[in-house]
Amino acid sequence: MLRIRCPYCQEARSEEEFSHAGEAHIPRPANPDASSDAQWGEYLHLRRNPRGPHREMWVHTAGCRRYFNVLRDTVNYEILATYAMGERPADEPEEGAL
Amino acid sequence: MSGQVRRLASGGRINRDRGLRFTFDGRVLEGYAGDTLASALLANGVDVVGRSFKYARPRGIVGHGAEEPNAIVQLGSAAASVPNLRATQVELYDGLEARSTGAPVFQRAVGRLGRFLPAGFYYKTFMGSAPLWMASEPLLRHAAGFGRAPTGADPDTYDRMNRHCDVLVVGAGPAGLSAALEAARSGARVLLADEQAEFGGSLLAETRPLGVDGATNWVDKTIGELASRANVELLPRSTVSGFYDHNFLTIVERRTDHLGLVSPNATRERLHRVRADQVVLATGAIERPLVFANNDLPGVMLATSVGTYVNRYAVVPGETLLLFTTNDQAYRTALDWRRAGREVCAIVDVREAPGGELVAAAREAGIEVIAGHVVIEAIGRGRVARAVIAPLNASGDALDGPTRRLSCNLIACSGGWNPTLHLGSQTGVRPRWSEDAAAFLPGDLGVRALCTGAVTGTGSLRACLEEGALAGATAASRTGFGSGRTTFAAPVIDEPRGTPARPLYLVPHARPVSRAPKQFVDYQLDVTAADIELAAREGYKSVEHVKRYTALGFGTDQGKLGNVNGVAILARALGKTIAETGTTMFRPSYTPATFGTIAGRDVGEFFDPERHTPMHTWHESKGAAWENVGRWKRPWYYPRAGETMQQAVNRECLAARDGVAILDASTLGKIDIQGADAAEFLDRIYTIGFRRLGVGRCRYGLMLREDGTIFDDGVTARLAENRYLMHTTTGNAEAVFAWLELWHQTEWPDLDVHFTSVTDHWATAALVGPRSREVLAKVGADIDLSRDAFRFMDVREGEVAGFPARVFRISFSGELSFEVNVPAQHGRGLWDALIDAGSEFGITPYGTETMHVLRAEKGFIIVGQDTDGSMTPADMGMDWAVRRNKPFGFIGDRSLVLSDHQRADRPQLVGLASADGDTVLPEGGQLVDDPKPPPPVPMAGHVTSSYYSARLSRPIALGMVKGGSKRIGETVYCPLADGRILAGTIVDPVFYDPEGERQNV
Repeated sequence: MLRIRCPYCQEARSEEEFSHAGEAHIPRPANPDASSDAQWGEYLHLRRNPRGPHREMWVHTAGCRRYFNVLRDTVNYEILATYAMGERPADEPEEGAL
Repeated sequence: MSGQVRRLASGGRINRDRGLRFTFDGRVLEGYAGDTLASALLANGVDVVGRSFKYARPRGIVGHGAEEPNAIVQLGSAAASVPNLRATQVELYDGLEARSTGAPVFQRAVGRLGRFLPAGFYYKTFMGSAPLWMASEPLLRHAAGFGRAPTGADPDTYDRMNRHCDVLVVGAGPAGLSAALEAARSGARVLLADEQAEFGGSLLAETRPLGVDGATNWVDKTIGELASRANVELLPRSTVSGFYDHNFLTIVERRTDHLGLVSPNATRERLHRVRADQVVLATGAIERPLVFANNDLPGVMLATSVGTYVNRYAVVPGETLLLFTTNDQAYRTALDWRRAGREVCAIVDVREAPGGELVAAAREAGIEVIAGHVVIEAIGRGRVARAVIAPLNASGDALDGPTRRLSCNLIACSGGWNPTLHLGSQTGVRPRWSEDAAAFLPGDLGVRALCTGAVTGTGSLRACLEEGALAGATAASRTGFGSGRTTFAAPVIDEPRGTPARPLYLVPHARPVSRAPKQFVDYQLDVTAADIELAAREGYKSVEHVKRYTALGFGTDQGKLGNVNGVAILARALGKTIAETGTTMFRPSYTPATFGTIAGRDVGEFFDPERHTPMHTWHESKGAAWENVGRWKRPWYYPRAGETMQQAVNRECLAARDGVAILDASTLGKIDIQGADAAEFLDRIYTIGFRRLGVGRCRYGLMLREDGTIFDDGVTARLAENRYLMHTTTGNAEAVFAWLELWHQTEWPDLDVHFTSVTDHWATAALVGPRSREVLAKVGADIDLSRDAFRFMDVREGEVAGFPARVFRISFSGELSFEVNVPAQHGRGLWDALIDAGSEFGITPYGTETMHVLRAEKGFIIVGQDTDGSMTPADMGMDWAVRRNKPFGFIGDRSLVLSDHQRADRPQLVGLASADGDTVLPEGGQLVDDPKPPPPVPMAGHVTSSYYSARLSRPIALGMVKGGSKRIGETVYCPLADGRILAGTIVDPVFYDPEGERQNV
């Protein structure tokens, strides 16, 4: 069971308090009507499934109920960073690693 | 206690003043406090403790701990019965009743055909033949497994405890004790868990002194110091069963199992859920058996186990011992045996020239050492009587001379050591093969866990103590306690110099493996060396596949004894190294855990808590039948004496249509939405617009997912300029709330809007029917109830029956309707007042079934019943609820014009009239165009809602039919499982009052 540091509560808590909310940093097209069916379909459905560091959203469901970002290694489940909505992690890993 | 024929006159850690009586398979036997069931059985001379799983061969006790594959017993009977326990881990108590759980009758029968049951037998025989499998499955399923499930609810209680510690030490053997001691002295919070009743591990059977003390004195002193420290917690009888992500571990503590079968006044077992900063795995090692012909005969045991029974339990499990070994350490068992005054027939040593100090000691004691030889076969009926030995060639794969026979009734085997690396493996870290240690060792566990002692391949006791202390100090310093240097002074121990071991994973026989008597690798599931070689010949190359094909390591013992020999035999058959072949991974739990421990207190009403509305007890008093909606208990219908469900629903429906009826609608989700941008936010969330909705007005909205499918629906009211109240479906309230938070926080944090879930704050009574206004007037309301002052889709605040209330003129039935909301604490008061005031109008309470019939008559959908997550507003004929030209758009907006959503043949909502005017179509029934088509049958759609309408005196149904909106008047067919085919006519989904006039009376 993961131990996750909520960037708002500033506490590391057990996974049971949190919910996974999918991949992070997927921008919603500013003008949906301007995107083609294919572009819109990509936004809707296509997600990365990397081996290694992965940015994902979590929500502190049974805590402050706020969403935040987690940089988690999908191989060993280590959590490399957690950071608030709208932020990027301080120690940005190599783009190639993502 | 003359029955204990194999008990020594003195010695051991048993209490001879406390004799205990127990039964095994009905035989009354006696043992002592301090015995395990296994040691007591051996003391009584019980050789056969069960029959093997596949071949029904007699089996005896092999080990002395968690590794035991054969002595699987069932304790007690009926509800309190516990199956699948290892006799080696069951502490004896007075009155214990145990039964063997060997092969059931079916296997005993087929077991005689044993030589016809090779690896994959069941698979090959049954999976290829469906009819044979269908016929045999119940018999096989019945025969499968060990033991029997209890026959009633568990009478015991279980619980869970969350724990945190700086250092968790797993295992209280020499390495674990010194690790715990060192960590504790640094000031770190230490938790020490061990599966045995007594701490000490192998030290409890150690005969050498530690310093000036006996080994057990050293243990006592160490435990004494640990127990005296406030920062240490000791958990005996506690198996660390699982090692999960981020140093979360589970510990199963058996608190009362040693006292008796049932302990009604205490927690029987407790699951500790531990989050440890550091974990020290001092889990030791399990001796590796040797694989030779008929090595499953009772009387073939692990050498350490023989030594443990002699030293710790004062039990000699035989008379004449033959020791068969690949290493020096096992010589201790022969010396212990001799010290116990028993005969050692010989030591058969695989090595050409064993020369360590222990070897010398054995020779000095007059024990014959037969070097360069192996035991190729055990002979005996029900128990070893002789061993066949032969010289081994230099490469270890063939015999090198004639065989001869030695008389003995106990063969103690030692093929080296398998580190107990299960917990580390559970974290996903693969064990690695070490050629030096001739064993799989734990992989790199990172910086938050470390292994120490025998689990790392360390053999000497002194080294285990020193390494353990260093591990304890290191773990503590990583959590900020101490310097990482040890202060531990290891006691002086006599460590004899040794000669290297010579690993041997399969003892050659005079005949080839496939023709030799069975050479067992996995005792519990009867997997032989020949099975593994057969699997390799049949093309299985991955160790994981061979495991599944042969069932190697699939037993409840997870192959604690057999896995490594099996891997090595497979490697040789594949022509690969052991390192290349690799090992299988281990999963929790380390030893089987009871369901009770896993469930804890989450049983009965605590398993899935119920939600009750403030009017719940009233419904109960009226004998309501219940429907579960989410966690809510909602009245389904209120049967009167002698009424069937259909009669009750008919009565309730007619009351709502003709007079007045009342529904408890408190469970509907309610979200209070406030802020300067509340209107803008709702515009983006719903398909319809809320910006221009007047204060005091309500509007129905559809909520879509981003892919354009319907997610939720409901009525939202504007209570003030910047305040709205959203209603959600009962089952979706939490999900909708989370959905609003998601969009607000992740996409539009700039919007000034706040949400509060107020579902539980309000109780709601829906007054429904043409006479509802009269009831409301009678109960007293300071709201103008007239048709023109309080219009359809208005909301008003005021007092109703003296309670502060919010009244909505909305309708899910198509009738005149007032939904009266009051603060939850007044819910029952309001309800009683309405029932009272309504009595002269024949007010009729109704439940969810009637609610469904009423809404279906009107063609109103229920999200999640008529929709299934793939339907758009257009599919449901609800384009009227969508406004596509909003400035910002709404969630799902863009997806509505995706080409796939424009297809004319998409399933669309229709009404269905049963052709015979009498039969209610089954909900979920599949619809086809051709009643008797050749397969494959193209599907036209399915029935989503179906009821008998009392108002219309005929069945009505809603369904999804491909292109259905253009097919009004056509006939579709609904084939039933019983062969009947019902016909239905596609009609408009609104069956009643299509103009919608009734709600405006």
